[in-house]
Order: sequence, then C-alpha cells, then structure tokens
Amino acid sequence: MRYSLTSLLWNAISGQTGWRPTWRAAQPRDGYDVIIVGGGGHGLATAYYLAKNHGITRVAVLEKGWIGGGNAGRNTTIIRSNYELAGNEPFYEWSMKLWEGLEQSLNYNAMVSQRGVLNLFHSDAQRDAYARRGNAMRLNGVDAELLDEAAVRRLAPFLDFEQARFPVQGGLLQPRGGTARHDAVVWGYAHAASELGVDIIQNCEVTGFLRDSVGAVTGVETSRGVIRAGKVGMAVAGSSSRVAALADLRLPIESHVLQAFVSEALKPVLPNVITFGAGHFYVSQSDKGGLVFGGDLDGYNSYASRGNLPVIEDVCEGGMALMPMIGRARVLRSWGGICDMTMDGSPIIDRSPAPGLYINAGWCYGGFKATPASGWCFAHLLAKDEAHDTAAAYRFDRFRTGHLIDEKGQGAHPNLH
Amino acid sequence: MRIPCPFCGDRDSLEFVYRGDAAPERPDGEDGLYDYVYTRDNLAGPMREHWYHAQGCRNWLIVGRDTTTHEVFGARLAKRAGQ
Repeated sequence: MRYSLTSLLWNAISGQTGWRPTWRAAQPRDGYDVIIVGGGGHGLATAYYLAKNHGITRVAVLEKGWIGGGNAGRNTTIIRSNYELAGNEPFYEWSMKLWEGLEQSLNYNAMVSQRGVLNLFHSDAQRDAYARRGNAMRLNGVDAELLDEAAVRRLAPFLDFEQARFPVQGGLLQPRGGTARHDAVVWGYAHAASELGVDIIQNCEVTGFLRDSVGAVTGVETSRGVIRAGKVGMAVAGSSSRVAALADLRLPIESHVLQAFVSEALKPVLPNVITFGAGHFYVSQSDKGGLVFGGDLDGYNSYASRGNLPVIEDVCEGGMALMPMIGRARVLRSWGGICDMTMDGSPIIDRSPAPGLYINAGWCYGGFKATPASGWCFAHLLAKDEAHDTAAAYRFDRFRTGHLIDEKGQGAHPNLH
Repeated sequence: MRIPCPFCGDRDSLEFVYRGDAAPERPDGEDGLYDYVYTRDNLAGPMREHWYHAQGCRNWLIVGRDTTTHEVFGARLAKRAGQ
C-alpha cells in the first residue's frame, strides 16, 4: 500500500481499519536470482536497490530472527559523512545524499533529521587534525565548518568550557549530519522492497551453502529447506565470520561488543549530535526525549550482545566531563551490539574467494549511517559484478595487497579502531 | 570480568590489556604472515586469549574465556605455555 496524506485522512475517519501490513510475509520459493543473507538495514537496502536500480526482483532476504532485530536495532542512529580518507569520504557522502532523499524514495517516514554533528576539539593539535579533516571533506564537496569556542558557545552553552583538563576550544560541525529513526529505516526498506516483489523471509536461518563441483556457491541450506540462487550476498555484520565459515572462508574480522545507552526522556536540551574529543563519548537526543549515547568498545572479543560495567562507568565519566548538566538524568537502558571489527576499521563490499558468494561485512561500529550506500553499492556489485565507484576501495584482498583504509591509524588491532 | 592471574590472584579485567586469540603463531618466513597478522578464526564460544597484566605483575597470560558468555575458565603464564 502507498502512504499519503489521503490514506492518513481516510484512515482517520474510517477507524484506522484500512491499513495493511507494511510488507508481505513471504514463503521461501525453490530458487531466486539473488539471495541476501541477513534482514538488517543493509540486507534490505540491497534487495530494494537490486529491484529498483537493476530490475532484479526475484530476490529473497533471509533473516534468522526478525528483520531489524540485530544491529539495526542496537545502534545510536547517527548519520554523518565526516571522514578523511579518499577511500571512505565519497562513499559516506553518497550515503548522506541517499539519506536526504530516502523518505520520498521509500514512501516511508524514516524521521531523517539533519540537526548537525559537532565534533569538539580540546587542544591545538586536535584543532589542526580537525581542520585537516574538514578540508578533506570540503575537497570532496561535503559541508564542514570549523567553529571557534565562541561559535560553539552559541550552539551549546551548557558544555563545560572552562574545564581545566580538557577545555573546549572549538569544534568541527557537519550541518547536514544528524540522526534517523533506526527501526523506520528497516521497515521503510522492507516496505519498498516488498512492493517491488522482493520476498522477505523471517525465522529462516542459513545453516550452510550449496557448492557445485568447482566450489561455486549455488544456493543456501536453511532451517526452512534448501533454496537455490544465482548469486548469494551476505550482509550479516556482527556474525560475518560465522556465516563465512560455512563457506570455509576466514575473514580479517573480529567480533567485538559496543554498548549504547538511553536516559529517561527530557525536554529538548541537545541541539545536535555532540562528540567529546578528549574521551570517547557521543550523544544525541531522540525525538522522544531520551539522551542516546555511547563510547568505546569493551575491547575484547565478544558475541554476547552485552558488555561489562567498566565501560559503562567510562562512558558516563566522559559525559559528565563534557556536559555536567546531564548528571541527574537517569539511565533507562543499556545494551550491546556485536560489531564486525576489521583490521583497518573500514568495511568490505566485494566478491568473496568463493564464486557466487558476495560479502558485505566489516562495518565496525559505523554501519548505520552507511545503510543506504551500502545497499546501493552491494546491489551494484551483485548486479554488474563490478564495484561501484564510491565503494571501489572496499576490497576483500586489500589487507594482502597493502591498500588499507585506516582512518584512525591503529594498524591490525581491531579493538582499537 | 575477573581474571585469575596466577601471580596476583583474582583481579579486575580493567587491569589487563587485551591482545586477542592466542592460537596464531608467528611464522618464520613470509609464508603465512598475512594470515597471522590479518585473519582470525573469530570463535564464538571458548577461546584461549592473550591478556597482559599491565597494572599488576606485567606478565603475559593465556586466559580461557567464552566469547558468548564472558565466562572466564582460568589463566596461566604465557611463557610457561610451551612447557
């Protein structure tokens, strides 16, 4: 069904009885042109762009649990394109452009809010680094403004500017950055993909890959039977190593847990997304009023979807150091998401060494903002067998060839990216 | 998480630096170096890991831990691992 002002008004006067399910509940067929493993934002976006951009509609999205029940439901909903390196910035800016037109394209309200992302700096050296990053962004046609302390004071007067240890000297602002409603992104892509004929199959766990005599992947074994496919794409960040192992692949990835938090609902206090430059703390305020915030990885390999108390303490200390006004807000909930941490902190969108199997993985803790472009570029790869221009650097073999995209310069230490 | 350091006793994991899977062994030559540096089994379940007791006895330990539950099974000194 199509959502519009007319459908809204009609249902308002007809007792809300005219709504139909947002997407079709599909049963698995015997075979598809393309199977996407993983019904999160990236997988559903891939299916949508396969159908919309490339006319490939015999597509199934297989999800072990329910769609959006993994990391799509566990992030902090921030969207931005403030990267520095040439391999990253055009991709994330393409994602930002897709966010800007997403709701019209999907006919679904994803609550995209371009309220701005402000990265604070606290030393001369950090100002230089942020100026350089801002310049790199502007060279790629992306909006970036270096704010001095007075300008930050006008924007966020509640920050602890005079703090002796980490005084706020200014910030790098991306005005077009902001937030989006994570669940609505999933439901919107599911809605639009389903309208174009994509089968979304929940409670269908992939347990193995069908291989032909030369080792090519020709389908999947699932908890609901065998399904054949021309091509199989996996978009299961967090569990990529486990799914890839079913095809005898070993990835340059470790799984780590990242915690996130939400406070009780407050009246509007934060004008935009704010990040602390002297510790790891980032925060925004949801439309419901809760402060949504997070910080560092716990730092050890984990598939547990929950973290430990030391990181909670560290994140809250960062928040208190930056904006003491939040000290009396109570934390309602905290949770953990499993992140595919790669060896250079950047993702992989590429063919795998197994013919017929394509990999979309390694999103570290930055996958949400990438959802539209990830789907767009993965669909391009699946349809044309060549990388999209903006994702050309995300090669599977770049660790072997030395073409790393190490935004943070940490080397092969996944827990430090 | 608390880690039973064989030298210091039961200590908070905050005192330790994590260095990942203890299984990969550095090859002598270039063969296998890529896998040693970049690829991982990334186990879901029990795993032997290197932890460094930076704020304690400064020993490297091999710790048994379950990555799906964070349960710690035990720890021993890494330098005695081969004996």
